[in-house]
Amino acid sequence: MTEKQSSLWKTAISVGLVVGGISLLLSLVGMVAAFNERDIITGAFTMGQLLLFSPLIVGGYAALLRSQEKSLVRGLFGGVLTGFFGGLVLTALLVIGQQADLRLMFPNASPELYSIISFGVEPPLSYVVPLIYGAIFGIIGAGLELLPTRVRSAVLTASLWVIVLGLFRDMFFLIPVLTRPGPITTIFRWIFGPSGLSVPAAIILFVTVFGINFWRFGRPKPDTPRRGFSEQNRTVRWIVIAIASVILLLLPQVLGIFFTEVLDNVGIYLIMALGLNIVVGYAGLLDLGYVAFFAIGAYTMGVLTSPELGFFNLNFWAALPFALLATTLSGVILGLPVLRMRGDYLAIVTLGFGEIVRILALSEWLRPYIGGTQGIQQIAIPVSDYILEILNTQALFYYLILAGCLVVGFIAWRLKDSRLGRSWIALREDEDVAQAMGLNTVTTKLLAFATGATFAGLSGAIFASKLNSAYPHSFDLMVSIFVLCIIIIGGMGSIPGAILGSFFLIGLPELLRGFSEFRLLVVGAVMVAMMLIKPEGLWPEERRRLELHEGESEPAEVVEEEFAPVGSSPD
Amino acid sequence: MLRNWRQRVSLTDVIVWAIGVVLAAGVIYGTIVTLRAEIYAGRTWIDLTITGLALGGVYALIALGYTLVYGILKMINFAHGEVFMSGPFTAVFLAIYLDNIGFLNTHPIISLLMITILSATVATTIAVLLERIAYKPLRGAPRLVPLITAIGASFFLQYTFRGLYGSGIKAYPEIDVLQGSWEIAGISIVKTQAVSIVGAVLMMLVIWGISRFTRVGKAMRAVSEDQEVSALMGIDVDRTIMNTFALGGAAAGVAGILYVLLFPIVNFFMGFIPGLKAFTAAVLGGIGNPIGAFLGAMVLGLIEAIGPSLFLTGLGIPAPYQLKDALAFVILVLILIFRPTGILGERISRTKA
Amino acid sequence: MSLLTANKVTKRFGGLEALSKVDIELKDQAIQSIIGPNGAGKTTFFNCVTGFYNPDEGDLILDGQLINGLSPDKVTRMGVARTYQNIRLFKNMTAVENILMGMTPHLKSGFLGGIFRTPATMREEQAALEEARRLLQYVGLAGRGDLMAKNLAYGDQRRLEIARALASKPKVLLLDEPTAGMNPSETQATTVLIGRLRDELGITILLIEHQMRVVMGISELITVLDYGAKIAEGPPSEIQKNPRVIEAYLGRGSENGGEAASQAAGQPSSAA
Repeated sequence: MTEKQSSLWKTAISVGLVVGGISLLLSLVGMVAAFNERDIITGAFTMGQLLLFSPLIVGGYAALLRSQEKSLVRGLFGGVLTGFFGGLVLTALLVIGQQADLRLMFPNASPELYSIISFGVEPPLSYVVPLIYGAIFGIIGAGLELLPTRVRSAVLTASLWVIVLGLFRDMFFLIPVLTRPGPITTIFRWIFGPSGLSVPAAIILFVTVFGINFWRFGRPKPDTPRRGFSEQNRTVRWIVIAIASVILLLLPQVLGIFFTEVLDNVGIYLIMALGLNIVVGYAGLLDLGYVAFFAIGAYTMGVLTSPELGFFNLNFWAALPFALLATTLSGVILGLPVLRMRGDYLAIVTLGFGEIVRILALSEWLRPYIGGTQGIQQIAIPVSDYILEILNTQALFYYLILAGCLVVGFIAWRLKDSRLGRSWIALREDEDVAQAMGLNTVTTKLLAFATGATFAGLSGAIFASKLNSAYPHSFDLMVSIFVLCIIIIGGMGSIPGAILGSFFLIGLPELLRGFSEFRLLVVGAVMVAMMLIKPEGLWPEERRRLELHEGESEPAEVVEEEFAPVGSSPD
Repeated sequence: MLRNWRQRVSLTDVIVWAIGVVLAAGVIYGTIVTLRAEIYAGRTWIDLTITGLALGGVYALIALGYTLVYGILKMINFAHGEVFMSGPFTAVFLAIYLDNIGFLNTHPIISLLMITILSATVATTIAVLLERIAYKPLRGAPRLVPLITAIGASFFLQYTFRGLYGSGIKAYPEIDVLQGSWEIAGISIVKTQAVSIVGAVLMMLVIWGISRFTRVGKAMRAVSEDQEVSALMGIDVDRTIMNTFALGGAAAGVAGILYVLLFPIVNFFMGFIPGLKAFTAAVLGGIGNPIGAFLGAMVLGLIEAIGPSLFLTGLGIPAPYQLKDALAFVILVLILIFRPTGILGERISRTKA
Repeated sequence: MSLLTANKVTKRFGGLEALSKVDIELKDQAIQSIIGPNGAGKTTFFNCVTGFYNPDEGDLILDGQLINGLSPDKVTRMGVARTYQNIRLFKNMTAVENILMGMTPHLKSGFLGGIFRTPATMREEQAALEEARRLLQYVGLAGRGDLMAKNLAYGDQRRLEIARALASKPKVLLLDEPTAGMNPSETQATTVLIGRLRDELGITILLIEHQMRVVMGISELITVLDYGAKIAEGPPSEIQKNPRVIEAYLGRGSENGGEAASQAAGQPSSAA
């Protein structure tokens, strides 16, 4: 074998085994079987199968990329090889699974799983099946790599559209207009089968998106909104805002109960995300115990309004300022000792605090005051019974949360461009020098911390009111992590990023119900992936993107001199 | 002179010291009340102390992983708790199997060894994979980035293992020969605790030996001190970093088995709290400092075992053991506030201007 | 009248005495320099004055007030500003933003002002922006205000640091090797600028420098440190001929030292 050939074999085998391992992992973890219920294309192709096969396709692609094989024949052969070895791993599972019941150790290694992997074929013929489709998918992956970029990009985009729409089929039918018979409903029922896209619809969609993408490839993109609106577009901006406001206000009626509930949850997390954005994104303080403030807001609202505990008996609006005050105070109290620590230590300390608050909330010791494991019930809601006749509770909370988001978003937006915002950025850049500028670092950090805490408190108070109760189990570390993840995915310090991140992280899983088991697994993987690929987030602010891609600085632009400096030019 | 003093001490410092004094007073008061009221017999205190030592041993081995990685990379391996979990959670299946075929009780020592080796191997593998996939590409990035990666990796590992082995808890089978207690010098010591303590000490000696006498160990210490110079001296820094993770993983794997000797239950979530406590121990002793990790772990273990009975009862808190985890966190917070360099001090230099 | 007095200032790091009973008097509106071989303690001295370090012994007195142990932000507010040996600009902020940060002691708008954009806040921001542009122009960076600091040319970065230091309207300006890495024409320009700072703005200057041409050309008084202790002090003419100074530099064998010593002795340096 020539040098090149043997290296192709080696790459193919190693990549193949790795992606086979990934397929195996996805299978044993249970994702393949769980997702198999969902059809992407009715009767043809399930989500589970997609999960099983995509590593093999990726393997073919990656192996070729790595070995930089240019020749068509050898390239495709490489793909076959990679896929074959990937399939080999799955075959191994089938073989071993036939000999011994693996379910004692891996509960997901069930006959159902084996049948998915082998396409329902009985052993011993089933052993060959993964090898065959492994080779096929390997070729597909290799082929993708060999395609010209334009075609490949079009294929991938079209595939993505088909997959996404197929997955979200169920959601469409929750829109009120589609729950009743009518022409629109009929059309939608044709587009989607009982599960996933119908075959003809899938084909049409694929071809359409492929065509559009292919045609548009390489054309200059219009200025994306993230560059900001220029002065001339001011009127346009106001019109857009007005339209958006009307839409937002009418959403509950249009979307129905389910979606409004989803939006409510998105909103609750968004308020927190905007707060943590200030702490982490603007000031650069990593707070892992953020949920503590959420809890304090919720519990204060509970203690003050619940007739069950009977200490006070305020209504929602009277209690709200106190809840906010309590949270702000705790932010200051927590912040004071903690803010002079270095980054990683700060993270751990705040995590510790979050846990302390949770343990205290659960404790026997404080049960007489805050309910222990049972929590507090019967927390007040924002309005009197009179208004309840006009709006139902759900819509009410939607508007309340919306108002909260707007207020908080406004504050965050204004602060960003203010002197305080500048001080926070300087603090993040170089704390010692910022202090040497005359900045009181403690006060500045405290302001960020306390503001973030207050936002969380607002969210918590609304949350408690919406649920009519506050249980300690709602306030664990996961909440802090989720909020952190939102701003990471969206882009730290970026307000549109926070919105995007909230929808992705909270909205998406709600819509893909049934996969909640794997939510955290995916979240964890996404966090790692994001840090490796795009640490500045999906909708970052310009500055952040520049920060995180150091060494790729743009050359200094040529700028006109405003006027010749008098007497200060060199020589 | 007074003005001088007033300028140096800020309001923050005063408040913080006030809180510290209040807490210390509470602890002392509670202790006095408990001891005066003679709620617990002398024997109980001895039992609690031994439990504390056993706990401390386990935490020490886990803490070593944190401190070694921090010393060499200046990062907190947030996912180390999951490295710890992976070992015993995998080895439990071997243990159950050995129990089913009767081997466990006929050859307890060999069985225990096999189980421990499996646990250590799995943990080491996970640690190395973690380093290669998630941390290595991010070596130059600003501090926040690897920390977030570590957090993500932590959850990923937790839920992957949950998916793999199921969400239920599994119990380690009992080893008959280790049931009950031994009588040594008139003190009754629970057998499993004794084995755990001995195991911890042995493993720590092994690690100390490796670090002191082998090339690998010396390379690790060199790279911790100064990465650039080590590279110039011809040390393969990349490999050394990988070895550091591996050693930390092995220690955690062994710690896992010692842990299940004390608490024979495993599930996917078991790594989180011990991981955090071990990290507290590492910081308590001075992060980057292996001896500090040991010291901090012992102190933490003892406080966790004895503390609730000692001072929380005196303060009239019902069900004090519920709060034992909180105690660890409170210690963490206090240390970071009052003496962030830990008992023995960090081995890190700070430069200014 | 002495604006800044250092009285037997001592600073230790572990067993090492970085500063040993150093006495320096900085006269009002003077331009003075501190020189010495690498490691002599010059930057450490600056760090003590600005509050980064706390002197172990001795006093630092600014305008009659004791400033030992004050935190850096308080020292700055009392009228001390500095630049750094290694340029510590806020790299991911624009030049204007860097200068605005320098103005911190004089800006009052706070949390609520920022949110509600009160007229007072807006006026202050506007005035600050104008002042920032004026400062840019003064140091010769007009038109470059919206560039990211890290994208500026090296010489411009040094000038920006000076502009940022000026933004706090200091009484005393500590310049740490302001001409390091500059070519002769840039060095000349900077020297002229330093002179203007004192002549036009009335700022008292204390300079750390290695380039002897600059030091001898501009300083009224030179203090020489070696191993943390003061070994000589006087006007340039005296220092140039002081045998202890020459020995300190030559004896070290550093490239800086060799060149510095020969410059000091008035001979053309080989690395012209």
